[in-house]
Amino acid sequence: MTAVAEQAAAVPRLRRRWEGLPYWLILPTLGYLAVFFAWPMVQSFRLAFQDIGGNWSFDSVERMYHDADFKKALYFTLLLVLVIVPLQFVLAFVMALIVNARLRGGGLILFIFIIPFAVSDLAAGLVWQQIFTDAGYLNTILQHLGVIDQPKIWIDPRHGNWLLGEVVLAEMWRSTAFVMIILVAGLQGIPKEFGEAAEVFGAGFLQRIRTVILPMLKPALQVALLLRIIFAFEVFASVTAITGRAKTTLAGEALRWQGDLLDPHVAAAYSLLILVLSLVAALTVVRTLRTPKEKMLR
Amino acid sequence: MLRNRLGAVSAVAAVVVLAITAGTSSASHRVHGDAGNVVFMSTQLNGVTEREGFRTTIVKGFPGTVEKIDIPLGNTTIFPERIQAESSAGKGTISLLGGVHGDFTTLTQYLMDLSDVAKDLQKAGIPAELFTLGKLGTNKQYYIPWMQATYVMVANRKALSDLPKGADINSLSYGQLVQWAKKLKEHYGRPELGFPAGPTGLFNRFLQGYLLPAFTGHLNTSFKSKWAVAAWLYMDSLWKYVHPQSLTYNFMQDPLQSGEVMVAWDHVARFADALRNHPDDYVVFPAPAGPKGRAYMPVLAGLAIPKTAPNVAGAKQLIEFLDGVAAQARLPQIAGFFPVVAQRLSKQVGPGLLAVAAAVKKQQRSKDALASLLPVGLGAQGGNYNRVFIDTFTRIVINGEDINKVLADEGAKLQDVLNAAAAPCWKPDPPSTGTCQVGAN
Repeated sequence: MTAVAEQAAAVPRLRRRWEGLPYWLILPTLGYLAVFFAWPMVQSFRLAFQDIGGNWSFDSVERMYHDADFKKALYFTLLLVLVIVPLQFVLAFVMALIVNARLRGGGLILFIFIIPFAVSDLAAGLVWQQIFTDAGYLNTILQHLGVIDQPKIWIDPRHGNWLLGEVVLAEMWRSTAFVMIILVAGLQGIPKEFGEAAEVFGAGFLQRIRTVILPMLKPALQVALLLRIIFAFEVFASVTAITGRAKTTLAGEALRWQGDLLDPHVAAAYSLLILVLSLVAALTVVRTLRTPKEKMLR
Repeated sequence: MLRNRLGAVSAVAAVVVLAITAGTSSASHRVHGDAGNVVFMSTQLNGVTEREGFRTTIVKGFPGTVEKIDIPLGNTTIFPERIQAESSAGKGTISLLGGVHGDFTTLTQYLMDLSDVAKDLQKAGIPAELFTLGKLGTNKQYYIPWMQATYVMVANRKALSDLPKGADINSLSYGQLVQWAKKLKEHYGRPELGFPAGPTGLFNRFLQGYLLPAFTGHLNTSFKSKWAVAAWLYMDSLWKYVHPQSLTYNFMQDPLQSGEVMVAWDHVARFADALRNHPDDYVVFPAPAGPKGRAYMPVLAGLAIPKTAPNVAGAKQLIEFLDGVAAQARLPQIAGFFPVVAQRLSKQVGPGLLAVAAAVKKQQRSKDALASLLPVGLGAQGGNYNRVFIDTFTRIVINGEDINKVLADEGAKLQDVLNAAAAPCWKPDPPSTGTCQVGAN
């Protein structure tokens, strides 16, 4: 065999080796996902559907369903998702447009918008608790302004809607920046020329948003919506911090069954329920916001 | 061949090195009497000042190092979970555990029998009944008594002018309490009485150790009695004058200091900040009396060693150190807890805590005093037990459900809990043969 022929044979061998490389590169990620996501999922599935003796049963799920706080937790969790997510998207979209407008001092605006996102949900809950509590900031300011004579009790379990409003405010403050960041990234991927062209043809600001920006922002919206809904199903720390024992969520109940009532089976049933709800919501989002391939921007 | 020989040589070398290091460490242990490093995980003394006080004052002079792991307030699940995890792993890092009685009731399977330490401490002056509590209803010493406390009431002095006529603050009745709360609400236009009924508050202890025994004379055996109905009717009428934000309060020292409430019931340690900072602003007084007596609940904190402890000898040494006179005498200054060893409190304790000590004494020694113990022998059912009482309260007082129906429902759940733990009755219920029975006595 000549040297040239040997070289020619070596090229496909090399290529073959490189072709396998991507699979090797994702192997660590797959391993990580298997150990920290797939395996715990299997474990919690087993916990939820097995009794203490290891026999398969629906006992834990039934106990979860018949628990006095189950419906309360489910209702409040769904209510939070339904109220927070749409409000947050409107707000995040406006914020993203402001950031993307490249105003003077835009960097500072972005920085201020992002600060709350760095705060943990429990800390955010405590901050808002300090605002709404009887001797808190809100009452102090209102009293100084002469709006009220004596402190008003804002965190009042007899007014469920007030509590909802307070939790919604806290969550909006904390996590709207998260949605905004994804939307800003999406906005920056839209070529300026599209908007300019629309403007030339006489489209107003709102019309441009409706016909140019929103359709092209769909992929980013989809990602943001997906992640935000999943996070919203997991909320509990801010709820506990603000409302105490008055309101509870599915994640809060899972924690209580695990920690206070020392029953990992019912806790696992709760976490599976959260998983199922998140999956259903995610699939709905993916289906309704699907962008057909031929419409995608290349 | 060569590789084999090299392997053998290095293995021998490793064994020799290990033996030498092991030898030196045990030798140093013997020579200096050093207790080594004791990792101490505790649900108690975790406030900022308490933590600092523990490190700089309480363990001062201990012949070894103490690494304290603090369980964050409001996240008590870490305590049992960490112990369970170390046990499952078969390898532990924690040598000593500190917690209240209730923290240990669910963990007996992970704890060592400390009968030998109890024997060593016989002359320390710790009352025998405290040691009995540490056995958790068995014949093994699961924890050694460490500190004690109870629950009292504290009022802002400004509220005293609204006390009902003829009422003595040191021997209030529940009837006078509701009158007082009503007058306060009329005077200030808002509820001024508060309870720690938040997620990590100790309101369950108010129901179990104060309200129900004071009205029924018992607890579980009279859960469905007409006296219990009277207690819940009372609670319902009282709640009209209770600050609605009570459902968020965990430590009453905070709403007291911020002025959100003027009168409160809580654990003495959870008033400590307010009493230390402004002793002159507050009065401390015993809990009210009901038709069956002035029920109160003594609290006991203890020290235990997990079976997976890496430094058992050091941990035992630390227990004996913490129960020594010096460390015990330093307790009230920093913690708002009281020593378990019998002795007089020094004036250094400060006026606020001296007032607490006086109120505790009045509570214990009042003619109608009725001690109701912390639940005994509930094992892993402790959380479910507390839940029955909180749920009963929520359903009757917050949701306004029918009392008799709720007591029937929750009474059945209470019996399930007692059956699951096979727990015999404890004080103030009369002793039972076999599992305690929920009743209408």
